[in-house]
Amino acid sequence: MTVTINGRLLEVVAGTVVSAAMLQAGEPCRISVSGEPRTAMCGMGICFECRAVVNGVAHRRTCQFVCADGLRVETMR
Amino acid sequence: MKSFDIVVVGAGIVGCAVARELSRAGMRVGIVEGGAHRGATAAGMGHVVVMDDSPAQLVLTQYSCSLWRKEADHLPVAVEYEGFGTIWIAANDEEMEEVHAKHAIYAQTGVVSAVLNAAELVMAEPNLRKDLAGGLLVPHDAVIYPPAAAEFFLSEAQRLGAALFRSRAVQASHGEVSLEDGTLLQAERIVLATGTECDLLSALPLQKRKGHLAITDRYPGFLCHQLVELGYLKSAHKLVADSVAFNIQPRQTGQLLIGSSRQYGDDDPGVDAAILRQMLERAVSYMPALAGMSVLRVWTGFRAATLDKLPLIGPAAGLSDDTSLWLAAGFEGLGITNALGAARLLLDGLLNRTPEIDAGPYLPARMVNRMEIARA
Ligand SMILES: Cc1cc2nc3c(=O)[nH]c(=O)nc-3n(C[C@H](O)[C@H](O)[C@H](O)COP(=O)(O)OP(=O)(O)OC[C@H]3O[C@@H](n4cnc5c(N)ncnc54)[C@H](O)[C@@H]3O)c2cc1C
Ligand code: FES
Repeated sequence: MTVTINGRLLEVVAGTVVSAAMLQAGEPCRISVSGEPRTAMCGMGICFECRAVVNGVAHRRTCQFVCADGLRVETMR
Repeated sequence: MKSFDIVVVGAGIVGCAVARELSRAGMRVGIVEGGAHRGATAAGMGHVVVMDDSPAQLVLTQYSCSLWRKEADHLPVAVEYEGFGTIWIAANDEEMEEVHAKHAIYAQTGVVSAVLNAAELVMAEPNLRKDLAGGLLVPHDAVIYPPAAAEFFLSEAQRLGAALFRSRAVQASHGEVSLEDGTLLQAERIVLATGTECDLLSALPLQKRKGHLAITDRYPGFLCHQLVELGYLKSAHKLVADSVAFNIQPRQTGQLLIGSSRQYGDDDPGVDAAILRQMLERAVSYMPALAGMSVLRVWTGFRAATLDKLPLIGPAAGLSDDTSLWLAAGFEGLGITNALGAARLLLDGLLNRTPEIDAGPYLPARMVNRMEIARA
């Protein structure tokens, strides 16, 4: 299936979580207050490091979100 | 026994600003802080705002705001001073009349402000609901992070020689302050800057007024000014009833700080779910998109309210026969704003200098007459 990450199309296998898709695309999930790129850390929904904008909704924990065809993700700034 | 010119009790933003001002003037200052965190200063919002509840309040807030602006460029980054400006929001034509009245008062006293019509308001803050009547923009108001400001003033005071004592003062009178850890401090004058706490002078005419705040996750660009509903003035004035008002502040991080509630007679620091719900619903009624946002933390704090809504700055005469006691307390919802003006007034009073604004309305002695009137 295909998802869009920061405007670029990416092919992922079914069952991929969004944070993994972002890793695969080499895009950070979010940019911290001090400007650092961040990506998933705990992978289980408790650290909040993996927040990104999913289908227009801010602060989604992408490690808890399975990719669907046509899904759009943007790095949270 | 350690001896000083002045001992300041309380290291909230007011005590810290006072300690810095006195240290700058070359006085030997001791400062005492017994709390784990900084009382109301750690709980407040951080709006540096001109307010015109009364002429005396307008003069003090205007003076204090100008002092903040003067040092804005020299504040550490951590203080997060940001001249966002305030917009007072008018929901309907009646409130729009208040906008014009406020504008006229500000113009008379030299506070820059501009009336916004409905369309201009939408342009200034696109996320407000669209049927509002307009507003008053006060561009020079600012926002700060209060605990960092207090920390900065304290470190400045210490750099200039002030000594900090981390212990609770159990007694403060007649030039002596005794601390819980057994230390005894001696000073010509003692300044009580103890926030809502009255144990050192039970005659302090203060009431606790509880407030709730909520902070969201980061939504940069959602909000450009501190917004306050004009109805806030009406609800903030009520002396007895609980009230909530729409009041939202942009933080540098892109977070949104949402206020605020006012309650008397509730000394419990716990969050009151019913009031919190009312407060958030009110905010959503002004900015519908808030409904989809996530709140990270909710907390409460207590304002130290006086009967006439003005602070107590100066000698404790009238409330105490002890001539060594001075006060810097009772700042209610404006202690962040007024800390700098209060520090100047106190220093001028101690040095017997003529202050830049009339100190009379803030002298604690006024409370004596008021209490007599209340009794009669
Ligand atoms: C919800 C809320 C929102 C607010 N928003 C704003 C705002 O936007 N703008 C604004 O200008 N103001 C605001 N305020 C008001 C502002 O926070 C207060 O007026 C201000 O912080 C008071 O500062 P303070 O130094 O007088 O008191 P505090 O910050 O309470 O400091 C008093 C200190 O004295 C210490 N102390 C007390 N007794 C003793 C003792 N015996 N021995 C040793 N130490 C002692 C305490 O531990 C404390 O640290 C708000 C307040 C609340 C509650
Ligand atoms: S990686 Fe920790 S919450 Fe998603």
